[in-house]
Amino acid sequence: MLAWTIYVSFLGAVAVTLASGKSPALIRMLALLTTLAGLGIAMIAVEHDRSGQLITVARAPWIPSLGIEYHLAADGISLVLVLLTGIAAVAGVLFSWNVELRIKEFFALYLALIGAVYGVFLSFDLFQLFVFYEIAIIPKYFLIAIWGSTRREYAAMKLVLYSFGGSALVLAGIVAAYVVSGERTLNLETLSHFPFPVHFQMWAFPLVFVGFAVLAGMWPFHTWAPTGHAAAPTAASMLLAGVVMKLGAYGCLRVAIMLFPRGLDAWGFHVLGFGSWQQVFALLAVIGIVYGASIALVQKDLKFVIGYSSVSHMGFVLLGLMTLNQIGLSGAVYQMFSHGIIAGLLFAVVGRMVYDRTHTRDLGELSRLPLAKLIPFAAITFVLALMASIGLPGFSGFIAELEVLIGSWHAFPWMSWIAGSGILIGIAFSWRALEATFLGEPATEPEHALPAITLPERLGAFLLLASTIALGLYPKLLMNLILPALSGPLFEQLRRGDWR
Amino acid sequence: MTGTGYPELLWLTAPEIVVALTALLVLVLDLGLLRRSALAVRFGATTLVACVGCLLALLVLLKFPAQGDLAAGMLVVNPLTQLVQIALLAIAILVLFLVNSARFTAHAGEYFALMLFATTAMMLLVSTQNLLVIFISIEFLSLSLYILTAFDKQSRQSAQAGLTYFLYGGMSAGILLFGMSLLYGLSGSLALDRIAIAVKVSPGDPLLTFAMVMVLAGFGFKIAAAPFHMWAPEVYQGAPTSSAAMVASSSKVAGFFALFVVFYVGLMPAAGSATRGHYSSGWAPLIAIVAAISMLWGNLAAIAQTSVRRLLAYSAIGHAGYMLIALVVHSRQSLIALAYYVITYALATVGAFGVLAALENEKVDSIADFRGLGKRAPGLAFCLLIFLLSLAGVPPLSGFFGKFYVFVSALDGADHGLLWMVLLALAMSVVSFYYYLKVLKQAYVFEPSAGAATIAVPATTRIAVWATAALVVLLGCFPDLLLNRIATALR
Repeated sequence: MLAWTIYVSFLGAVAVTLASGKSPALIRMLALLTTLAGLGIAMIAVEHDRSGQLITVARAPWIPSLGIEYHLAADGISLVLVLLTGIAAVAGVLFSWNVELRIKEFFALYLALIGAVYGVFLSFDLFQLFVFYEIAIIPKYFLIAIWGSTRREYAAMKLVLYSFGGSALVLAGIVAAYVVSGERTLNLETLSHFPFPVHFQMWAFPLVFVGFAVLAGMWPFHTWAPTGHAAAPTAASMLLAGVVMKLGAYGCLRVAIMLFPRGLDAWGFHVLGFGSWQQVFALLAVIGIVYGASIALVQKDLKFVIGYSSVSHMGFVLLGLMTLNQIGLSGAVYQMFSHGIIAGLLFAVVGRMVYDRTHTRDLGELSRLPLAKLIPFAAITFVLALMASIGLPGFSGFIAELEVLIGSWHAFPWMSWIAGSGILIGIAFSWRALEATFLGEPATEPEHALPAITLPERLGAFLLLASTIALGLYPKLLMNLILPALSGPLFEQLRRGDWR
Repeated sequence: MTGTGYPELLWLTAPEIVVALTALLVLVLDLGLLRRSALAVRFGATTLVACVGCLLALLVLLKFPAQGDLAAGMLVVNPLTQLVQIALLAIAILVLFLVNSARFTAHAGEYFALMLFATTAMMLLVSTQNLLVIFISIEFLSLSLYILTAFDKQSRQSAQAGLTYFLYGGMSAGILLFGMSLLYGLSGSLALDRIAIAVKVSPGDPLLTFAMVMVLAGFGFKIAAAPFHMWAPEVYQGAPTSSAAMVASSSKVAGFFALFVVFYVGLMPAAGSATRGHYSSGWAPLIAIVAAISMLWGNLAAIAQTSVRRLLAYSAIGHAGYMLIALVVHSRQSLIALAYYVITYALATVGAFGVLAALENEKVDSIADFRGLGKRAPGLAFCLLIFLLSLAGVPPLSGFFGKFYVFVSALDGADHGLLWMVLLALAMSVVSFYYYLKVLKQAYVFEPSAGAATIAVPATTRIAVWATAALVVLLGCFPDLLLNRIATALR
């Protein structure tokens, strides 16, 4: 049944392509129905499978001569991310209700992207996972290059080249894993039990990890993210920050860490004070947290503020992954979900509610507009979204970042301090953005009213806000899925008996 | 050796004979019977006859698969050579379909006959293991291609391309012949298996190394590997589209296959090794260098191109580099990988040239001319998207799987000693995304410039392009369709 999330999305893309171009309403409805179907299936699956254990969804030989299979399966982690994709997809359509330009192509590419993302999260054959991972790149390019804004062609090309660069590293790692295991299979389950030689894991791990982390926005490979987010149309920014960056983080966990856990062991010698890849990447993650937040603090373009904040928040995901303990890893997965929702919400406010109405994202210009009076709904949403973003209790971000910090406290205490300071900077830039947009004292009286917030926007905002608050108040909902998955047999090599 | 008679020779070369006879028939038809008919009729009739001839040859290959080895490797027919011949014929048919959309010449008969002659030469080239026959086939092929390149008599560019091709080709043929004569001198035989025995005795002979360099240079020209690639951009740009399609696709297939046979069968003992840590001199490190230069130069130079055809030429040089990796590995698996790669590459290239052929009357050359193609000819633009993404190596298209399999074969067994080549290839394929996307950006991102009308595509071209696109997708999604055939043929 879960497999239909993928099929429905691709079928929806085809249906939108074939639909008559004369009625935009029909196309929008088709896209909405498709994404709703995906979300519905995801929710049923989550409801159905509360154990978080691995369930096989579909399995058939694909390229028998190489032992490659078409294999869809899901454990708790996959389910969480599938659910995220479902929510983000529906919200994205709701916030793209005003797209008029080449609407058919827009929604076809959008749905194709969604389908590929579902595919990545559900693939349990590495080859298949990679195929979906790459399929997702092409629609991103066109979504940004055609419907984007600031320097869109540059941003789109940059994003695509970074993505392909990362996936080239991943491909090298996949081919090497295939050859070294000698089992003529790319099944993740089989490979996760295969004892790869330690010296092999030592170079395969950084290769694959960096390859995926490029898409997760790891410093110093993050530069595609702010430009890409800023240039992309609203729905694409929401998906980019909300889901696509998670593809990278998911790959880091599912492939790099799960298959090559010994690659994180101590090298046995020290270079510049580093003794293992774990420390190197943890440091990069922490730099990302602080750097992203600091740059967000001085940006003039509101979308760039949010874009850099994404880099900062994704730093928490990577830090959580590098803790290698249960609480840190579960925090990382939780943060993937939480950031997916919150980033989507922030981009929705900035891109759709504000920019599409005022046609400016410059903080200076925005501060001269009495936005809080003109679009109060946007103001409230933005305040709530920023509260969630800085990790106030009651929102999902709090649980996630707290867990990551606790986890990193166990692994590398001094880094937790720096990461914690990143949160403080986060509060600062959030406050600055809020002040400039909604809380400032505008000098001028409103000259003309802005278009009112539409129903789809309200619905989308409610959906995202409800998700982040629900998960902030009742984290067990997802933790029940994440924890068993992490304790399952797939991560046995990482645990080596028990959690560190 | 005794008892080889004409019946067997005729039996083994039946497909080639069919194609050659068709070529003659086309000439008779066009120059004799239809001399006074309208140009369109002549084109239609000759296309039809040529296609039927190729189909007939295909049928012979599929229905009566003969096998044999005639006159000590002069003519070797086995399932593998037949498979490659089938691919060559299939590509030839696709190319024939493309000619129809352009009216650059009134000499339909000669043009089609030359295409068929070139195909015959390629079919002979892949079914021999004798240096003499290899050389003669290459010359036969090259002569046909020179004329095909220069066929557009109204175009200076075409003449210039033909001359360039001819001059470079003539020189490299001389070099190739020199290398072959050295091999003959060393071994006393022109048969590859005999040469292998002689090479085994003294694999480190300096003269042998010299001969190998010469042979590699000669073949390097044929497959457009850097630094023997100079002719390629010129020819791709100047030649009539259908000629360029043939130069870029099927002649590559035949060239790579012959190259593999010469080195794999004839010079195996002198292979040496290019793997890190186990380096030993021989042709493998030699080819590794050529491969690396091709990948680097082809992909980096392609970035600077403004003409789509030149861009395809440089990308072809880069692809030659990827394919040479399979030769450096020279295992059974890598031969399968190479065969899959070169066939699917040829398909995607024919497709890309097919799109260019459909646009030939629009005088499309520079990348900017593709502006708004997605609106002006949606179907064509979509096919172009498939072909270019396949060339770039995006899954699930066949170009991706070809690369994947070449990399698997490169890392298999050799203790990751060839990882450096794989990483270089991957890095360069990322570069290639940039220039392929540049073309697609024009086609899809930009709206057509004012006044640009929709483009009418001739039916035959449309059929050929769509069929090619379908094949590229099909073989990418289900690579086993082709892989299993190659593997069975190799057994």
